[in-house]
Amino acid sequence: MATFSLSNVGPIYRREIRSYFQSPVAYVVIVVFLAIVGWFFTSDLFLINVASLRIVFELVPLVFLFFVPAITMRLLAEEKKSGTLELLATRPVRDVEIVLGKFFAAWTLLAAALAPTLIYLITLSALGSPDPGPVITGYLGLLLMGGVYIAIGIFASSITENQIVAFIVSLLIILALFMADKVLVFVPPAVASTLEFISIDYHFENIARGVIDSRNLIYFGSVLGFALLLATTSLERRKW
Amino acid sequence: MSIGVRNLVKRYGDRAAINDISFDVKTGEILGFLGPNGAGKTTTMKIITCYMPPTSGTVDVDGMDVREHSLEVRKKIGYLPEMNPLYFDMNALDSLEFAAELHGLRGNAMQQRVKEMVDVCGLEAVRHKDIGEMSKGYRQRVGLAQAMIHDPDVLILDEPTSGLDPNQIVEIRTLIKELGRAKTVVLSTHILSEVQATCDRVLIINDGIIVANGTPEQLQRTFQGAEEIGLELKTSSIRPIEEIIPKLKLVAYVNDVALLSHTGDVSKFEIHAEKGNDVRESLFRMAVSEGWIILEMQRRITSLEEVFHTLTTT
Repeated sequence: MATFSLSNVGPIYRREIRSYFQSPVAYVVIVVFLAIVGWFFTSDLFLINVASLRIVFELVPLVFLFFVPAITMRLLAEEKKSGTLELLATRPVRDVEIVLGKFFAAWTLLAAALAPTLIYLITLSALGSPDPGPVITGYLGLLLMGGVYIAIGIFASSITENQIVAFIVSLLIILALFMADKVLVFVPPAVASTLEFISIDYHFENIARGVIDSRNLIYFGSVLGFALLLATTSLERRKW
Repeated sequence: MSIGVRNLVKRYGDRAAINDISFDVKTGEILGFLGPNGAGKTTTMKIITCYMPPTSGTVDVDGMDVREHSLEVRKKIGYLPEMNPLYFDMNALDSLEFAAELHGLRGNAMQQRVKEMVDVCGLEAVRHKDIGEMSKGYRQRVGLAQAMIHDPDVLILDEPTSGLDPNQIVEIRTLIKELGRAKTVVLSTHILSEVQATCDRVLIINDGIIVANGTPEQLQRTFQGAEEIGLELKTSSIRPIEEIIPKLKLVAYVNDVALLSHTGDVSKFEIHAEKGNDVRESLFRMAVSEGWIILEMQRRITSLEEVFHTLTTT
């Protein structure tokens, strides 16, 4: 117990990656994701004659609402249901290593889905000269936002054996975080600023604008860390 | 590598799954854990393997407490959970490599160990096959290979032969005996012949408490009721049965004689004698003196089934 080692994150990460990419799961979600985003990008390009990544940064957070729960729902729920969690948890592995391994695997899949959209950037560079600043921070923002969603998705997957329940719970939680600043007009000003700070979209928009503010980074980092902590605790619940 | 269980209690809400049990497993021993479903076998095993902690009481493996030195204990234990859960989307090799990696084995050392387990557990033919497509017997082998991958000193096997056909059961049992030669093994089962075939010592558990503890022979002896002897006699000439029975009853310690069949000059009896007295010799002498020929004489032993049944149904 003296040393705090995370050496088992690697094997768990690799197993999870293999499980994603050896089954149709990864390919189906990536194709669906790219089809939706690509449709809107090209229709903007050809119909409205606007060459901009703006649509990507507006649309992807919405697509993530469904995309992320779909890739995280089975991560722990399936292990609990099939009993393989017992196999994992009786090895010299810490629960936090299990959670982290799965988190990074899902994050990798999300990045893999996002990567092909960089082709749009090449299209745009051919047509004009996009400002690299907001593009880079925009992608950073998408990765951070996706990371927070995944952490929440893993927590949702840790509280149940049922993948559908995990999907719905994570969708509800991230929808609440996403919608928090969409209802500002209906609430008193005092509550409004709090809601705004809670809202994930507010922080994302700040970053996507090209400004990396520590306030936004701290927000993403703490929500992400808190969700992973909850997931680990919920996994340890069998010991209570 | 010994295991010591002291005053173990596990409650789920109000219900005690195990209620104050204590026992020891000595180094190199194969202990059979016997009991009806829901008796607390699996719960005890889950506590020993550090999957969950007890409500109260302690378990130590090689002198280390399962709660304080959880990671250390887990390094020394190989565990085959009930129902043998496996990753069905992995093939045998990948799944063994994964298990080895979780024990800190890497590179050549890992490959070496995986190869050894493939050989020992006879997985050569299916090593590239997805576990989901394997027969139950092969899945059980993969489960055992995984449990053994880090060469643990202690093996905890929860119903290792459940759901297998008779041939597979024999194979797995042989495998366990071979693998368990230098290890401390605890295996649970509700198949009694399994205990007799594999275990050095039996622990019968019912409703969360230990009801019997000893070698299979000891248990049979302890729970042996009155002596029962089956006897088949041939008399030289046809004689009325009424003559034979009173004579048999004269033998010391014989309480009762029942006639099972009587055809011509051959008769079959069931003889009940007082507990703890072997009357076979006296019966033989009586037969000699009367000129009877003994065709068959058999001492009936209480089976472990009967012991189990007596202890777990009240």
